[in-house]
Amino acid sequence: MGKIKILNKGVLTSIQDLGRRGYQKYGVPICGVMDEYSHKMANVLVSNEIEEATLEVTLFGLKIEFIDKQIISITGGNLQPKINNKLVDMWQTIEVEKGDILTFSGIKSGLRSYIAFSGGLDIEKTMGSKSYYSRADLGTKIENNQILNIKTNLKSKKLKLEKKYIPEFENKIECRVVIGPQDDYFSDKAIDIFFGSEYALENDSDRMGFRLMGEQINHKRTADIISDGLSKGAIQIPGSGQPIIMMSDAQTTGGYTKIGYVIKEDLDKLSQLKPGDKIKFKKITIEAAQKEYIKYVNKYYEIINDLHTNKNITEYKIKVNGKKYQVSVEVIED
Amino acid sequence: MNFRYLVSGESSITLEIGNQISEKINQKVRMMSIAINKSKIDGIVELIPTYRSIKIDYNPCKIKYKELVDELDDLQRNISDVLIEGSKIIEIPTLYEGPDLEYVSQYNSISVDQVIKIHSSKEYLIYMLGFTPGFPYLGGMSDKISTPRLKKPRAKIASGSVGIAGSQTGIYPMDSPGGWQLIGKTPLILFDDEKKNPFLFEAGNYIKFIPIDKKTFKVIQKKVNNKTFQVKTYLKDDTNG
Repeated sequence: MGKIKILNKGVLTSIQDLGRRGYQKYGVPICGVMDEYSHKMANVLVSNEIEEATLEVTLFGLKIEFIDKQIISITGGNLQPKINNKLVDMWQTIEVEKGDILTFSGIKSGLRSYIAFSGGLDIEKTMGSKSYYSRADLGTKIENNQILNIKTNLKSKKLKLEKKYIPEFENKIECRVVIGPQDDYFSDKAIDIFFGSEYALENDSDRMGFRLMGEQINHKRTADIISDGLSKGAIQIPGSGQPIIMMSDAQTTGGYTKIGYVIKEDLDKLSQLKPGDKIKFKKITIEAAQKEYIKYVNKYYEIINDLHTNKNITEYKIKVNGKKYQVSVEVIED
Repeated sequence: MNFRYLVSGESSITLEIGNQISEKINQKVRMMSIAINKSKIDGIVELIPTYRSIKIDYNPCKIKYKELVDELDDLQRNISDVLIEGSKIIEIPTLYEGPDLEYVSQYNSISVDQVIKIHSSKEYLIYMLGFTPGFPYLGGMSDKISTPRLKKPRAKIASGSVGIAGSQTGIYPMDSPGGWQLIGKTPLILFDDEKKNPFLFEAGNYIKFIPIDKKTFKVIQKKVNNKTFQVKTYLKDDTNG
């Protein structure tokens, strides 16, 4: 059992896991992390289950004091995490000592970081999940000077993710979209405009939805439907003709037409966009999207397998011609 | 009846049963939801029934879009076999003393007593829950008391408030901003995240408002706080009618 203290909660920090399932029919959003891949990798690196909650950190300002020794990892967008004012490597296991201070100084790439604590956050689940939902104040809210309990596990193995598994967060992305459920509310021309144009992320975008600005998409007759179900990834086109992509805190039902859904895998990089960043959409069939989904889900098992295969790797810090290098040497033949 | 299967991303289908707000279509939504739950189709994660459709979340690793459509099509053909248990009516004791009750009576040129009588005389079907956790979308309010929303929404409406917006009526399950005309308040708790079943309502239930006085309100409120209050429910007679 260990503890951390939130010295400054930063711009927006919340506890999130893979979401709250089973209550959508009562109007409770799923919530959960925005960038699932980064969250899962953070957990994998400290030997947690991928369902365990992480801290989702946005932009800058978060300051944490470790009351005792912990094993953590930091993944996602690079917000320049520092321990005791020294930049620290992301996407690997990190040992922190009693009294260490973790801070985030601001964006280098992406928008959201994830901190996983080996053993997991020791907080009660609310309706089956640790995810915090701000609009209904469900779950545990992060406050200044708050002490969070950690089920500290100091036995977790030191791991480092290979470069090929670390995503690059770009300012211009392409999102694959499965068309429907209300594609019949749009003419072929309107759908061509949607797939042929570039959209920019607006300022008033948050965990609930991303507002986009670009070429207007007109409806055949109306933008409104009798409310039906929606979830993360749904692209609503309201009367203004400007798309809104629903994100993790999406309400469960909505009355605007939905032209399509962004596929799960692409929602991760979408989650890391900043206002002003650009998005283009690309059509994908439902059959192809489902194949991609299965690949996406299986990727974790592949990575976990890869990480835990006993490779004979030794790390050296070496000096060549006066320059310092850190190298990993893997013995492939004795 | 022709159901439509609408692709909603790679892990959801919207099963559209109709395109109107009607008790008949909503009852089909309920029947189909029961049939799907009973079928235990492997891979179905969660159902979100709405006015006229069901969003079905599923796991594409377990079942593909076309396979699920086939399964649902089979269920649909046998939907007439589905027996729905009688609809539950939930009594909501209500103190009709809301800040907008007077306005609603003036707007409709009837007395306050008539507003209360009309509002509490019907059983309202809960078409769906949404907007905020546990918020019931009710149908069937009389036009005689319909009143437009407030021009300027209130920043905070207390949980338990009973209101009118246009021809809709509803109850706020939690404190939230809103523009509804508030006519009353119930001492019942509609949403308690610490309970095993956190919600008082379910889609398909009916709500009946029961006018109470201030004294009764306080008595019920005390019992609710002590967790000794038993919410009164009973079955509606004409379930399939």
